[in-house]
Amino acid sequence: MTRINWFKYASPATFFPLAGRLIPWFRALAVLFGVAGLYVGFFVAPTDFQQGEAYRIIFLHVPAAWMSMFLYMLMALYAGLGLVFNTRLSSMMARAVAPTGALFTFLALWTGSMWGRPMWGTYWVWDARLTSELILLFLYFGYMALVAAIDDPRRGDRAGGVLALVGAVNVPIIYFSVKWWNTLHQGSSINLTRAPSMAAMMLWGMLLMALCFWMYSIAVILARVQCVIAEREQRSAWLQELAAGEA
Amino acid sequence: MREPAQADVVLAGDGTLFLGLLRRDLLLVYRRRADAVTVLVFFSIVVSLFPLGVGADPNLLRLLGGGVVWVAALLASLLSLNRLFAADHADGTLEQILLSPLPLPLTALAKVTAHWIATGIPLTLMAPVLGMQFGLDGDGLLVLSAGVLLGTPVLSLVGAVGAALTLGLRGGNLLVALLILPLNIPVLILGAGAVDAAQSGLGAGAHLSLLGALLVGTLVGAPFAVAAALRISLD
Amino acid sequence: MLELKSLACVRGERRLFSGISARYAPGTLVRVCGDNGTGKTSLLRLVAGLSEPAAGQILWQGQDSQRERAAFQRDLVYLGHASGIKDELDPVENLMASSALAAEGIEIGAARQALGEMGLGERLALECKVLSAGQRRRVALARLLVTRKPLWLLDEPFNALDPQAVERLADTVGRHLAAGGMCLYTTHQPVPIRATQSVELRLGRN
Repeated sequence: MTRINWFKYASPATFFPLAGRLIPWFRALAVLFGVAGLYVGFFVAPTDFQQGEAYRIIFLHVPAAWMSMFLYMLMALYAGLGLVFNTRLSSMMARAVAPTGALFTFLALWTGSMWGRPMWGTYWVWDARLTSELILLFLYFGYMALVAAIDDPRRGDRAGGVLALVGAVNVPIIYFSVKWWNTLHQGSSINLTRAPSMAAMMLWGMLLMALCFWMYSIAVILARVQCVIAEREQRSAWLQELAAGEA
Repeated sequence: MREPAQADVVLAGDGTLFLGLLRRDLLLVYRRRADAVTVLVFFSIVVSLFPLGVGADPNLLRLLGGGVVWVAALLASLLSLNRLFAADHADGTLEQILLSPLPLPLTALAKVTAHWIATGIPLTLMAPVLGMQFGLDGDGLLVLSAGVLLGTPVLSLVGAVGAALTLGLRGGNLLVALLILPLNIPVLILGAGAVDAAQSGLGAGAHLSLLGALLVGTLVGAPFAVAAALRISLD
Repeated sequence: MLELKSLACVRGERRLFSGISARYAPGTLVRVCGDNGTGKTSLLRLVAGLSEPAAGQILWQGQDSQRERAAFQRDLVYLGHASGIKDELDPVENLMASSALAAEGIEIGAARQALGEMGLGERLALECKVLSAGQRRRVALARLLVTRKPLWLLDEPFNALDPQAVERLADTVGRHLAAGGMCLYTTHQPVPIRATQSVELRLGRN
């Protein structure tokens, strides 16, 4: 009879309920790490003798910048897997990662400029890291715009996959060229990461916040991938059974 | 045996196919040469807007010159991308091109080569003329031309990926800009940086070497991305 | 020998057809039938290798056509809905360019002769943008007069043609089949084509 590759159709069906079970756990962990991280950041970490209290924005800024880059690589990885192995779930994951990645990129830019105001007296400097983050945000926007513009979901998945891979190859090139441009044009720029003698507690605060962001990202991405699956599979039997069971 | 016309049919190898496609595309460019001229006019208009916007101070213009010409070249190359695949897609020849026995990455390379000959070379010839308007001197002009010569193939190759991905989409032109302008930032930085370096007396050798390396890397990788994108868009 | 093995086609999230299996010997004329939207064009594009099947295989001379893509494409002519004619070129240039693309480069004399046979003898120097839809179609179909490829995939080839041209095309296909060629085609208007083996492939009933 018909020999459709059921493997790739089946995996969203098994993944959907699994994601549903995992989401509350990651949500709880995100709150837990968030509370701990903010506590360390606001109350435990010492006041910086140069920057005063204003430096405390790094507990958001640095982890957000980390996340923005991790998530782009994660997105490219999923998109690449989806492209190579033609697995639908991987491409759906790539789609689900993109908005969260863009959110963290925006957060990194926003907190960066809030930090920049007391530090440099201006909201924006063409610092190498800020500029790279800005370009990264454009890359996320490009991916999301392309995927959204294509009506056929499979074509969207695969086109997005090619773009994400091309972007991933380009990210290091962009990063180094921007860094080079920056050193040539602004000899004495202030570097965001050159925080003088970072206390151990500051590092702990940032790590806790990074964990919080990870847990948040996983929870949100799982929820979003559930939406993507539900939208795609609305006509399929298993989803209707599931909906009937819950109603 | 069947038709007299078939007697002189010859089977062709990849090289012949590549050149055949290139010749066809160049013939089409020649028939639609007004398009190529439009790109050049656009290029010079954009460049001419800058002195009107920032003032005619010769020192300022000399400082801005390289960057302005490069940004304009980036935009001009972008503007010409819709010619690359869209027309062939609309009239069905792209399907025939895909069905050619020529491996698809080579097909992509042939199309991009034709596009570069039609836009990259004219931009390269035009760039020093526009550079002169900004008071760039001998060395700066030379480096500007060399940079544009090395950089425009990269713009065409990366642009081809974007053009292939957005084939047949609503608002495709705008989308292409969003997709590929960020990817072309290294070319801009290196190209404009080279002019700056030459103007300030530092050698532009490092910039141009990196630009060359970028060209080689793109030349190796991009045709495969274009091929994948074309398959996806025509599926 | 062309063999379709449980082919399935999915467009978007919709399954157009599945489980299409068939075997065709040289000299067979295959009419792909089905109502609008049952995937006739999709099937031809699938066989041509323009899109990938959701499941199944296409074997040509016993070889997987996707794995041996270049070899398969050397044996294949596909004429789709869009005629594949460039407006800026004249009919001779068009025919020579499309033949060259298909690795069957022809001399200008052969191109002129084929176009003359299609009734375009007086329009050889005009750019194709001034030709009518039927005339462009003839320019595209002139490919069939100069090709030696065994497998023809024709999507609605009779569209926009006048009765003489329809007859001429049917005759061309008939001779191709008689010489051991194979042809898969779709049509809305039934056209008698001389063929020793003529079968239908019906879509939309599964």
